[in-house]
Amino acid sequence: MIYYFIRRILYALPILLGINVLTFVLFFMVNSPDDMARMQLGQKHITQTQIDAWKVERGYNFPLFYNADKAGSERFTQSLFYQKSIKLFVFDFGRSDAGRDIKADVKVRMWPSLAIALPAFILGLVVNIIFAMVLVFFRSTYLDLSGVIFCIILMSISSLFYIMGGQFVLGKLLRLVPISGYDSGPDIIKFVALPIIVSIISGLGAGGRWYRTLFLEELHKDYVKTARAKGLSERVVLFKHVLKNAMLPILTGVVVIIPSLFMGSLVLESFFGIPGLGSYMIDAIYQQDFAIVRAMVFLGSVLYLVGLILTDLSYTWLDPRVRFS
Amino acid sequence: MHWLWSDVVFIFVICVSLLCILFSLRKSHHRLAFRRLLQKPTAMASFVLLIFFLMVAIADSVPFAFESAERQAMRHTTLLDKALAPLGQDYEKTYSAPLKLQAYVSETYWQDGIATQVFPRLSYPSIKFKDTKDVKVFCMSAIFEAFLSSFIIVFGLSAFLWGGKFVCGKGSGFIPSAPVFATLFTLFLTLMLTLTLYNISRELHVFGTGKIGQDIFYHAVKSIRTGLVIGILTTVFMMPLAVSLGLASGYWGGRVDDAVQYVYTTLSSIPGVLLITASVLSIQTYLANHPERFSSLMDEADARLIALCAILGVTSWTTLCRLIRAEVLKLREIDFVAAGQVLGSHDLKIMMKHLLPNVMHVVLVTMVLDFSFLVLAEALLAYVGVGVSPMTISWGNMINAARLELSREPVVWWPILAAFGFMFLLVLSSNIFADAVRDAFDPRQEG
Repeated sequence: MIYYFIRRILYALPILLGINVLTFVLFFMVNSPDDMARMQLGQKHITQTQIDAWKVERGYNFPLFYNADKAGSERFTQSLFYQKSIKLFVFDFGRSDAGRDIKADVKVRMWPSLAIALPAFILGLVVNIIFAMVLVFFRSTYLDLSGVIFCIILMSISSLFYIMGGQFVLGKLLRLVPISGYDSGPDIIKFVALPIIVSIISGLGAGGRWYRTLFLEELHKDYVKTARAKGLSERVVLFKHVLKNAMLPILTGVVVIIPSLFMGSLVLESFFGIPGLGSYMIDAIYQQDFAIVRAMVFLGSVLYLVGLILTDLSYTWLDPRVRFS
Repeated sequence: MHWLWSDVVFIFVICVSLLCILFSLRKSHHRLAFRRLLQKPTAMASFVLLIFFLMVAIADSVPFAFESAERQAMRHTTLLDKALAPLGQDYEKTYSAPLKLQAYVSETYWQDGIATQVFPRLSYPSIKFKDTKDVKVFCMSAIFEAFLSSFIIVFGLSAFLWGGKFVCGKGSGFIPSAPVFATLFTLFLTLMLTLTLYNISRELHVFGTGKIGQDIFYHAVKSIRTGLVIGILTTVFMMPLAVSLGLASGYWGGRVDDAVQYVYTTLSSIPGVLLITASVLSIQTYLANHPERFSSLMDEADARLIALCAILGVTSWTTLCRLIRAEVLKLREIDFVAAGQVLGSHDLKIMMKHLLPNVMHVVLVTMVLDFSFLVLAEALLAYVGVGVSPMTISWGNMINAARLELSREPVVWWPILAAFGFMFLLVLSSNIFADAVRDAFDPRQEG
């Protein structure tokens, strides 16, 4: 078991290296640091000295991979790839192009992200499962059919519409909650309620349908027949037997997301003015701050890989038949 | 006549896919799948709507110059522009509500030393409208006209079909089957809605005007092409990569498989939005630093559209590749592949002749399922700031530009609602169609 997980972690390293190389190619080879400096300083009327000064200030004044001017191991460490990419492996994100410490920012900003994402995730899961269960309970009736149609309609509406509609109806017309903003004190519930509701509704269409299909598949299995033959009521069959057995496929899709909850949601956070990592990303994109984008890509990938490993862990915990070697 | 790259590619892709569909009809099991599709009322209804959107998009992809040379240099006009002609050429001053004769915002007029607040009259509605009563009468007559003409068209079509069947000796009665009825009914509704909107748009701003006085109806209709181009061209970039790598890794296994798996695990480990964002940002920087490569702003906007499609394709091929690989792993063990190998067929030939046709249903189903996702993604990306160029008319850009209008007082709701409404129609019909395609071509997954 332990060996298996150590191996999994070792497998993750080349993938992270690949991600680093990819972002490095995107940000340093498609465009040279000179191009970035020109973007930041404005396209016209800038001199090479200004560009050089900008590069020195932000530590971009190195060759890409190999520094021929230095001696020994510095030939490799004094290069852009080492300075900007390899250092990410020890979570040394460096400074943003605007001069702020990225690591400190991330530490502060992940909590508001989590305050939205975690309740939205848990409540969303519960709502989806209950909704799907109800549909399955009334399967092949008009209620089920209209539920599926409802799901397809929900799926076809842009998530931006839910955000704007929620802000407009609950925030502006009914004045139940503030339209946007954030507070870490006891008032937090007022500010997080709307984003959570919006994200639950926007996930209901796809989620409800997906779980419905999943439960329907389980219903055709033998143990359901056995349970029915024993004379158990439909309620017990569904909620005790089918739900428990469906946990395994549900976990596959769900556990992988959990670590990524720290990253928050890009659009949701910036619409509701929540100072989380999602709005951090958006601000970085608007300001063309590539250092932050690079760090976030790396962080997001690490969290995803952690999620994959957690998924495997949860399998062994949930289903004793699964053994790794 | 100035063809944009995306025009050429878009029309080419549509022709090729039409040919592919016709070609595939030679095989009886494909005919069977298509027949299953034809027998589903929901599939036919959504298909009619999709075809309609597609026709608008094609009309918007054929360049057609009808204005003076200097105006032509400012704007790229197409057949659709010609049809909508006065729309898109002239601008009002600012906001005006749907079907209104006056602007939404009042202006101060000085007359004889007295300041009066008036709502200035719009320039587009013709002078024959005196007040809202005239507008009402005009709208009613437009709706009636649309109803009548679409009724005649649909009724004529069904009479023609029924007559044809009757002449052939297959006429079984007056009552059409459910799919035929669904087709005709959707056709009727679509025609009527379009004709109504079009008739009214000749004289009034159907959906009002936006901040800079642009006609919202014109923008919503022009956005159809952007949505479809993104949905369709992305699959063009995605398919060759996913199919070739999926086939290779599934069939050869070993080192090739390891390499392909490494690449797609790496790509899919990066959260989708972040990868797209990172790629678009670097392409944007590239385009910004090489303005000399494009002859006009239109060309640059078009390059950005194609680049966006390519990026979406490159970042989203992993799912399809994984599915194909899994399918090929299963197929590889079946006897006909072994027979091919024993007979000494070349590996590539086995892949092309035996494996590819058997994974095509996976490709098709994934493509139609992805389509609606891509249309929705465009709006999100526009908000994030990494979508199509601000020059391109798209629903995402419309929503993005209008998102603050809901919080202004009094509320301007029409631009955003028009964009969401059109997008909803396209996505809903493609979602329904995708479900039907999945059920018809991959019956095992039915649910």
